[in-house]
Amino acid sequence: MTVFTSFLAGLAFGLGLIVSGMANPAKVLGFLDLGGRWDPSLAFVMGGAIAVGAVAFAVARRRTRSFLGAAMRLPASRTIDRRLVLGSVLFGIGWGVAGFCPGPGLVAAGMGEVKALVFVAAMLAGMAGYELVERRRSAAAGMPGAAADTAR
Amino acid sequence: MTIDWPAFTPWTALAGGVLVGAAAAMFVLLNGRIAGISGIVGGLLRPVRGDVAWRLAFVAGLVAAPMAYAAFAQWPRPQIDAGYVALVAAGLLVGVGTRYASGCTSGHGVCGLSRLSPRSLAATAVFMGAGFLTVFLMRHLLGL
Repeated sequence: MTVFTSFLAGLAFGLGLIVSGMANPAKVLGFLDLGGRWDPSLAFVMGGAIAVGAVAFAVARRRTRSFLGAAMRLPASRTIDRRLVLGSVLFGIGWGVAGFCPGPGLVAAGMGEVKALVFVAAMLAGMAGYELVERRRSAAAGMPGAAADTAR
Repeated sequence: MTIDWPAFTPWTALAGGVLVGAAAAMFVLLNGRIAGISGIVGGLLRPVRGDVAWRLAFVAGLVAAPMAYAAFAQWPRPQIDAGYVALVAAGLLVGVGTRYASGCTSGHGVCGLSRLSPRSLAATAVFMGAGFLTVFLMRHLLGL
């Protein structure tokens, strides 16, 4: 059941990205270009998403199980560390270079756009590289498989 | 700063945003998880038994979204101006960066801000700031 609802959530998420125009890197870059002719649309996408999300997370926070009985897994960490900040810097630079973040990249790849497929392949390579480095680091620290972050 | 009025689409942006929020809401209320795309995809590269199918299903939903959209209308073709070298560099940076930061625009931006997570607020401020600076540098200083 949760596999099916997972598919539906991905589908709705992807449809939202197409409707909002965020599957189009040129539009995302229009938002990131404060120094040129600025397109504020992305702020409205975030606003709409957060308005709905805030209600859902307020409900979720009070529960230990989902409505389908799955464990409620909300990140507990509140620390702002170097990994968070430096990782976000790298991500922001990559986002600004091409106008793609992970979701829109996958949706545009689903449209059969060759350039999006190239972006997604490179993104997967980057994630695999991270995985290798982390595995080596946790092995060196004597904690096989103990990765530092939570699934998000 | 001048606003690009012809490009500005507040209503479809808001409607699409509500749909994105509804997807994240559904995911946390039914599956008990954060709809963070970099984490969902990244977890596939660290496969754990019983933890793979739902991740693949979510990604399949994202990839199938254009086909579902096409049932109603032809999807608007994305305009991808970046060249191949830039796309590879961008992909690597996005892949590594989002994993180190434990999240991207969806996990930190949408879900994290909805939860009022201070970590996500910091991450979102940093990646948006880096994005603004990168575009400013590329378009207005380097003329790329």
